[in-house]
Amino acid sequence: MSPPVSNDMVPGELWARLRQTTPARIALGRVGHALPLGEVLDFQLAHARARDAVHAALDVAALEGALAPLPVRHVESDAPDRATYLRRPDLGRRLSPRSAALLAETGGRHDVVFVIGDGLSATGVQAGAARLVQACRTELGDLSIGPVVIAQQARVALGDPIGEALGARVCVMIIGERPGLSVNDSLGIYMTFAPRTGRSDAERNCISNIHGAGGLSPQEAARTLGWLLREALRRQLSGVDLKDDQTPALPFEDQNPA
Amino acid sequence: MSAVEVSILPFTCDLGGERHSFEDLRAVLAAASPARSGDELAGLAATSATQRVAARWVLADLPLTVFLSETVVPYERDEVTRLIIDSHDAAAFAPIAHLTVGGFRDWLLSEAADTAALAGIARGVTPEMAAAVSKLMRAQDLIAVAKKIRVVTAFRSTIGLPGRLSTRLQPNHPADDPRGIAAAVLDGLLHGVGDAVIGVNPATDSVPAATTLIRMLDELRERYAIPTQSCVLTHVTNALTIMERGAPVDLVFQSVAGSEAANAGFGIDLAVLREAHGAARALGRGTVGQNAMYFETGQGSALSANAHHGVDQQTMEARAYAVARAFDPLLVNTVVGFIGPEYLYDGKQIIRAGLEDHFCGKLLGLPMGCDVCYTNHAEADQDDMDSLMTLLTVAGCSFLICVPGSDDVMLSYQSLSNHDALYLRSVMGLRPAPEFEAWLAETGIAAPDGKLRSLTDGASSFVRRLAESLA
Repeated sequence: MSPPVSNDMVPGELWARLRQTTPARIALGRVGHALPLGEVLDFQLAHARARDAVHAALDVAALEGALAPLPVRHVESDAPDRATYLRRPDLGRRLSPRSAALLAETGGRHDVVFVIGDGLSATGVQAGAARLVQACRTELGDLSIGPVVIAQQARVALGDPIGEALGARVCVMIIGERPGLSVNDSLGIYMTFAPRTGRSDAERNCISNIHGAGGLSPQEAARTLGWLLREALRRQLSGVDLKDDQTPALPFEDQNPA
Repeated sequence: MSAVEVSILPFTCDLGGERHSFEDLRAVLAAASPARSGDELAGLAATSATQRVAARWVLADLPLTVFLSETVVPYERDEVTRLIIDSHDAAAFAPIAHLTVGGFRDWLLSEAADTAALAGIARGVTPEMAAAVSKLMRAQDLIAVAKKIRVVTAFRSTIGLPGRLSTRLQPNHPADDPRGIAAAVLDGLLHGVGDAVIGVNPATDSVPAATTLIRMLDELRERYAIPTQSCVLTHVTNALTIMERGAPVDLVFQSVAGSEAANAGFGIDLAVLREAHGAARALGRGTVGQNAMYFETGQGSALSANAHHGVDQQTMEARAYAVARAFDPLLVNTVVGFIGPEYLYDGKQIIRAGLEDHFCGKLLGLPMGCDVCYTNHAEADQDDMDSLMTLLTVAGCSFLICVPGSDDVMLSYQSLSNHDALYLRSVMGLRPAPEFEAWLAETGIAAPDGKLRSLTDGASSFVRRLAESLA
């Protein structure tokens, strides 16, 4: 493999300074009109890692271990496998009959229920969800918190029937975000007041880009959630009407198809 | 030919003794579409491969006039339908008014349908006619007809001339850092990219942040006399506010869809687009033309807003082009693979959709480009994008979107790279817009023969000055 060809039109020292201003793949050089091979393979590696993150299965036992000693429930959506999950977001938003029956039996009455959904990155959930739950619990210590629900083949709205069945005033869905080339383990938090099947995305608040490569830390995300959640309980709502210039959290706009 | 009898009953045909009936025009259109996940998700797709072909036989025998008498989305309930019907040009339609959808396909491929004839009928073609005929066309038909259509628009550069391929330079940054955006602009310019527009998607919805970027891009363009236009792709209502405050807005951008309800999901209606179009035109900032709007579309946007009215996603997409053409845009592109595998599952579906969108847009008279792209949860890769960009360029696509190294670090998806523009121009002998081509030569980015300078030639004094001012 030949070494990357630098772009001699702009001195290397200038490019080095420019590259510090953006994570974009600038100043890659070229071979003829094409990318140098090293850049091609680097791109393929990033894509492969993102693809693997999309298709990875959640190791539920390991996640449960990381959450211990918190009580945990397991559910799955109505999407039986990854291929179906990717094609049928509607199935990923509802519980399988078995899981619905299990939760109906459990019932409950809590201020908050946390749901951990694999979403589009089980890799991200495996790496960071347990820590994020702990950080959020620390922030919400005075509230009554239900069992943590681990949900497989889950979309954001799966939190609605789960929260409803467990009698949650607020459902907090922690879910793996769609992997990008630079970050494949980012998590998002979607908070819904009075969760029930049929809630619209405009009724949720989203805190996205929670990851260790320049994204929000678990503590920062937990602080934002703490503020939003107390406001939601006080004002009895969530979503666009809770938008506040004081917080960096944006109302959910259907950008992330999780 | 197989034993086929198309019944005089509406929407029914017999294929070798097997009867296929379709409830209404929407059902015929949906079942005739090539297979795609979005129509399956909506429960509208053909139930078998045979039924799909049956729908095409039925569609082929429908007169084009059926689309004027029967609307797929009710006229009373939808302003996009009202726009389509009320702005239909009967005189332009006259030369094709006697044709069936199948006859229209044959006419489009015939020598009679030359560039002038195709320009003549554009305002007589409705989106539903365009979508319908595209469902009877193979990929090569979509390419061959689009190639004959010429749509030329202009602002500071001229888009769509023969022998040209333009590009949008998309220098997005995850935190809207003006210096990072400027660095990506430099990278694009040095690849000869950016003659269609230098267009940034801002990471936030903030008016002050968008205004900062608009001023930065305009200053850069002014200082180096770059014959192109800039655009910050913020919501049209933000653009109105920004224009009111006197910031230098070249192009006004908006995502548009094919029904009133889907557009409401984007927070827009035709009235606000009309207002923005008027405001942008009033600024009079174009030098070689005054096409001041930029629209993006994409199959699946209506369904994702549950605003598709039981209509297949490709027909809904074509209806978005009726919205776009009401405002004489400089640029329109489908963001074909962005929306995800629940609408276009894999490379095959993305490629087909990209060719359909380009064809339908051109047939309706739009300056059609494409964001050749995919997400990491779609079954697609760079080979699929290479195929689609090559096919679209053969089809005469007006412009393509390029980002550094194919990696959009703000929107987390893969578009074309700046290098891809070099490949396409090289293998197909195409050049950028004439104004921009002259600028590339004057500044020494390109050699006198129009080719980008070899990397070992060293920097022209201009490029050195440009890079130093940005670093």
